[in-house]
Amino acid sequence: MSETLIVEYGAGNTHSVRAAFARIGETTRLSADPEEILSAAYVVLPGVGSARAAMTHLNATGAADALRARFAAGRPILGICLGLQLALEISEEDGGVETLALLPGRVVRLTEGRVPRLGWAMVEPWGEAFYFAHSFVAQSPHVSATSDGVTAAVSHGSFTGVQFHPEKSGPTGERWLASCRSLV
Amino acid sequence: MPFPRVIPCLDVTGGRVVKGVSFKELRDVGDPVELAAAYSDGGADELVFLDITATLEGARTMVDVVRDVADALTIPFTVGGGIRSTADAARLIEAGADRVSINSAAIARPELITEIAELFGSQAVVVAIDAGGGRVHSHGGTSEVGRDVVEWASEAVRRGAGEILLTSIEQDGRRSGYDLTLTSAVRSAVAVPVIASGGAGSAQHVADALRVTDAALVASIVHDDPRQLPALRRDIEAAGVALRPLGKEAP
Repeated sequence: MSETLIVEYGAGNTHSVRAAFARIGETTRLSADPEEILSAAYVVLPGVGSARAAMTHLNATGAADALRARFAAGRPILGICLGLQLALEISEEDGGVETLALLPGRVVRLTEGRVPRLGWAMVEPWGEAFYFAHSFVAQSPHVSATSDGVTAAVSHGSFTGVQFHPEKSGPTGERWLASCRSLV
Repeated sequence: MPFPRVIPCLDVTGGRVVKGVSFKELRDVGDPVELAAAYSDGGADELVFLDITATLEGARTMVDVVRDVADALTIPFTVGGGIRSTADAARLIEAGADRVSINSAAIARPELITEIAELFGSQAVVVAIDAGGGRVHSHGGTSEVGRDVVEWASEAVRRGAGEILLTSIEQDGRRSGYDLTLTSAVRSAVAVPVIASGGAGSAQHVADALRVTDAALVASIVHDDPRQLPALRRDIEAAGVALRPLGKEAP
């Protein structure tokens, strides 16, 4: 049976992501082991916490290099929220943090509207509302969906990243996760 | 901008959702997981769980409730009540809460706001303010602390709060509408979202609040009955406030 590996990097809320996969019938395992990250059928880089703390953790455990190798080998990775932001080259957060550089792009502070940007917002061109909770946002040439003019999703090679939280976006989010997972 | 949010609030003690006219007369309303799922199905945008026990055993029970809710619920939820330290906040967030709401403990020690924000991000920290006569009250609104509400809200945000939950003590339970003047004053002073709370008696009141701020807490207006929520949403939309589309039905 194929299993979904959730990358462990010491950040808070992995419970919700695991619960969401459980609801769509997927077993998950939490791990930072480089070998397992390379070989798992599906890898999710979840996202709550700070970019610097996350990168320190990912570098120390070897998970960062494993994620780069996995991406280079064309094996699927899903990044959620901070997990999307970590896939780019650099984040403005915490005075500047070098991130995984799986794909080109940077992470900047939101300047429009209320920050943090909290709540349900339309994602285009998908025409459905998802739940967002973020103060920073990705800028990348590989944007595949937007919300109120900011990046909602990026897609490049075997990496898919979303700024919203599919695990918190009701039945819409659940369907999105299931379809994303079933493509593998 | 994200859609304005309608947020049902559930009071929890001893692992059950309760309804209290006064603290002495608590009525059992139901199981937190079942009620949370029903509110979610009814179109709640988020939920707030308020632990009204605030004893040590109560806090442990709350962690169990949070874990069970997080397993079942597909929308975000905030947990408040009795959070006094980063360890308290961490236990709830690790159990699956998206955000924690702090009130008296933040007044007593404002550094707590920054500590939780640094660990989990500003979006995880809600500072709840109980306002009476424009002044901040602590300990469930019973004690005036001699601070101006707008000034305290600004400080809380400077210290890392990602959202303000503003309750009008005067309006609470009166069903004559939210305190829109105070809500607008706080919202003008801060750059984070503000949740209005206290005083909703009709869908029109909720719609009026959502025209001036980002979210509204609802409790007694749905009579602690999730089945009332779809009608409330329809009436809010009929009053001219667009809420999020609830998504296509699964085929």
